[in-house]
Amino acid sequence: MTASDFDWKPLALVPLLALVTLPLVGSPSTWLTLTVAGLAMGMIIFIIASGLTLVFGLMDVLNFGHGVFIALGAFVATSVLGAMGDWTGSAELWRNMVAVLPAMLVAMAVAGAVGLAFERFIVRPVYGQHLKQILITMGGMIIGEELIKVIWGPQQIPLPLPEGMRGSLLLGDAAIEKYRLVAVAVGLVVFGVLAWTLSRTKVGLLIRAGVQDREMVESLGYRIRRLFVAVFVVGSALAGLGGVMWGLYQQNVVPQMGAQVNVLIFIVIIIGGLGSTGGALIGALLVGLMANYTGFLVPKVALFSNIALMVAILLWRPQGVYPVTNR
Amino acid sequence: MSSTANLLELKGVHTHIGAYHILHGVDLAIPKGQLTMLLGRNGAGKTTTLRTIMGLWQASQGSIHFNGRDITRLHTPQIAGLNIAYVPENMGIFADLTVKENLLLAARKASNAAQMDAARLQWIFRLFPAVEKFWNHPAGKLSGGQKQMVAVARAIIEPRDLLIVDEPSKGLAPAIINNMIEAFDQLKKSGVTILLVEQNIHFAKRLGDNVAVMDNGRVVHAGSMAALAADEALQQSLLGLSL
Repeated sequence: MTASDFDWKPLALVPLLALVTLPLVGSPSTWLTLTVAGLAMGMIIFIIASGLTLVFGLMDVLNFGHGVFIALGAFVATSVLGAMGDWTGSAELWRNMVAVLPAMLVAMAVAGAVGLAFERFIVRPVYGQHLKQILITMGGMIIGEELIKVIWGPQQIPLPLPEGMRGSLLLGDAAIEKYRLVAVAVGLVVFGVLAWTLSRTKVGLLIRAGVQDREMVESLGYRIRRLFVAVFVVGSALAGLGGVMWGLYQQNVVPQMGAQVNVLIFIVIIIGGLGSTGGALIGALLVGLMANYTGFLVPKVALFSNIALMVAILLWRPQGVYPVTNR
Repeated sequence: MSSTANLLELKGVHTHIGAYHILHGVDLAIPKGQLTMLLGRNGAGKTTTLRTIMGLWQASQGSIHFNGRDITRLHTPQIAGLNIAYVPENMGIFADLTVKENLLLAARKASNAAQMDAARLQWIFRLFPAVEKFWNHPAGKLSGGQKQMVAVARAIIEPRDLLIVDEPSKGLAPAIINNMIEAFDQLKKSGVTILLVEQNIHFAKRLGDNVAVMDNGRVVHAGSMAALAADEALQQSLLGLSL
């Protein structure tokens, strides 16, 4: 695709939203702090939502149980990081990263493995039946939450940031939390890997084609269900990674955290256009920024701001900013 | 047991779609190395027959043999894997992918564009110049005729034993239809077996070796295209028109 073919308007919404709020916030340093916080939150939501949007786009599956992988990832991280106290307690960033990286990898592995079982036993029997998908995947999430309570207990568990990721960097008068920069960096890496895989590999090509017309992909000789299982597992693993990031962002985890984030990720994939990874990134950044700006400017409407954002986007583009399926 | 002279044979094929009984015992033989036209009025069951062959809808009764092998219960990817290419009525173009990416998907042996058979690609470019011209353009932005060329080019990007195309001339301008006829003529000469569903009688007359006419979910006539073209009374009774 050439640059002239690319639809820039949705991408322009992100800087536009940031610029519009600058005079409303008033102080440039406060605005910068809010913007970085919004981008960090957006990137974490994108990590979680990217797999879900592909799952919907590929197989028309509404997985309302996606949140359980978020909670699972976060709880796994409490165990892994809890066992690496010497490393997380160090003020040296590289030692912190040595602890956080295995926590992320183990969380992804566990969430991916549970995702494989979730697809096989919960999602597969209800292909093509939307109402049953909603009911059974929500039921799966409730069971998952209860199992988390059995393993880790029902109480809130603290997930403190490693020592080296605490505190802020000063940029002029603006205080930028170090962890938010880490979240932005991890989100960019995930987006880069996803974008490269989707645009530069044959598997990525198959996923993009499958999102548009899975029957034609099968007619070309490819087993779309195998591809779907792989995408489901990767999507679950990414939700697990997002759970680690979200848990560290909130600095505590509860078994219901997945259900709490679920609403945001569904807003994101609807804004983005069901099945669109690029759209999910735009949607996540808009949601992250909107939550932070309205939380500062008009806290009473912060809860509804993202729903208002979704409504406004859908009035402009009823199938989301980058629609790729006709469903 | 299927005949070795026929590449594809359908015997007594019934297809139900939900509560609807669409095919009522289709018998159809596609001879190897020839171009067979499947004709019939709208709603006769032509597209359903093609989709049933491809496994997109399962036959509820009867058998389908390809190269002597029973493929009735195989899934679509398995059927396509037997070297059968299919171009559906809506062309099945991936609109958000470039023309190159559309063709790369069908080149199962290639993992990137550089691994596609260069000589075959040049042959395709000669058949369909639009494919080369719009190589890096999103396929969704092409005209209807250009999309049809991409769809057929994609189907033949690797050598196939059977090419199944549903209404290749549908909605195309006369000049594009002539290009398409020339392309299918060359494909015929390359030895590939072709099954075409058509509504355009001139297209059918110029290309067909054999013809099968469907009505109400059954094949009501099968024979040579030349014989049908020469028998005006038969055309009137089968199709309600004259070739």
